Amino acid sequence: MSPALSVVLCIVLLVILMIVGGLLTWVERRLLGLWQDRYGPNRAGPFGVFQIFADILKLLTKEDWIPEFADKPVFVLAPAIMLVAVVAPFAVIVFAPGILITDLNIGLLFFLAMSSMTVYGVALAGWASNNKYALIGGIRAVAQMISYEVFMGLSLMGVVIIAGTFSLGEIVERQQSVWYFAYQPVGLIIFLIAGLAETRRLPFDLPEADSEIVAGFHTEYSGMKFAVFFLSEYVGMTLISALIVVLFFGGWMGPFLPPILWFVVKTAVLIAFFILVRAALPRYRYDQLMELGWKGLLPLTLLNLLATGAVVLAIGK
Amino acid sequence: MFSNLRTIWVMFLHAFAKRVTVQYPDEKRKLPSRWRGRIVLTKDPDGEERCVACNLCSVACPVGCISLQAAEDEHGRRYPDYFRINFSRCIFCGYCEEACPTYAIQLVPDYEMGEWRRKDMVYEKEDLLVNGQGKYPGYNFYRVSGLSIKGKGKGEAENERPSVDPRELVP
Repeated sequence: MSPALSVVLCIVLLVILMIVGGLLTWVERRLLGLWQDRYGPNRAGPFGVFQIFADILKLLTKEDWIPEFADKPVFVLAPAIMLVAVVAPFAVIVFAPGILITDLNIGLLFFLAMSSMTVYGVALAGWASNNKYALIGGIRAVAQMISYEVFMGLSLMGVVIIAGTFSLGEIVERQQSVWYFAYQPVGLIIFLIAGLAETRRLPFDLPEADSEIVAGFHTEYSGMKFAVFFLSEYVGMTLISALIVVLFFGGWMGPFLPPILWFVVKTAVLIAFFILVRAALPRYRYDQLMELGWKGLLPLTLLNLLATGAVVLAIGK
Repeated sequence: MFSNLRTIWVMFLHAFAKRVTVQYPDEKRKLPSRWRGRIVLTKDPDGEERCVACNLCSVACPVGCISLQAAEDEHGRRYPDYFRINFSRCIFCGYCEEACPTYAIQLVPDYEMGEWRRKDMVYEKEDLLVNGQGKYPGYNFYRVSGLSIKGKGKGEAENERPSVDPRELVP
């Protein structure tokens, strides 16, 4: 692919991601409303879509305040780290044949590395705020990431063993006959759970935990910096959904519709599932979260990996 | 684990359930006739003000939002010179209605009283006075009460009706 086209694609992708992030703030509230037997924002514009613009306008006119007691450079840097860390992995995601920015031969590892970076954003935000609730939120985020990062990577290794490659493009190609969720159901479920924890969505939103620690790591943030945190949460959710589609649900594969549309539809369904989980499940307690991670899912992941390896070895693929 | 999955499934089924929200400005709930909303001053069947400016409502009001001044006309009948309710303070408890001996002050099912300026929430007598008899049609305070004197019981004089058992009037 020529460099110029690549740059254009980058910009288009960035714009689309921002729009999707904004749209998801509205979609989430409408869907939560639907599942909780109420309406959600439905008054501004058709179905309340213009609520997004109202929110943006509100956030732009808010005072962009940095607390006196905060560590200013880090305070400003933290949301930027968050957003960069969730946007960067889209570089390796394969949307459709030919529609991708770069097909790294270590695409999956790149994703894992970048998604681990988000924890810096959260932890630094909590630390720089110099506020006890923010700090608790940051610490929780770090603990949660360390626990869930481990088997998040390992749960994907089953797919890698079967596909025999780290490149996302090739992984999709290998799913021509059977989508990998059929081969790796355990891996899919574990990655879903880890993805929830990774994006700090309910039931694993301990770093935010509105009902316990005000707003967790972004307690002290206001205006557009706060909006950036929200945007990166929604972009992160899109990222995890897109990755699950690529790894387990055959990426762009599907009959009749054009490939890119299949990709969008599958991703949208997964995002809706993420929101459904938020609507349904209460937040885990801190020790329950740790217990589930270390005692439950990590051994399960290792077993899954072992079994996958054994089967692949036996068949001699 | 199973209960979590079941919760997610049940939550998903709620997508097809009826929504409970009442879309207020577009659809309004039907209010019961004894809803405690805006306060009005009613008139008796002869078209006279029922209020006799006894100040009981003002005394009963827990937030002290009613203010009035008594006056007398040429026949010695009392009426309020001014009658003022500050609805920015009113809590719509209905104690004034209960305290009123003449059924003059009544709460009606109307709650859309929003104003842009706080000053506009103060209602004067002309704002409060309505042309109807409210919840007690046909009731005239001056015709159902009185004192019994020798040879003439309560409500037996000219232009008087027999007095009413107060227990029947309890709302």
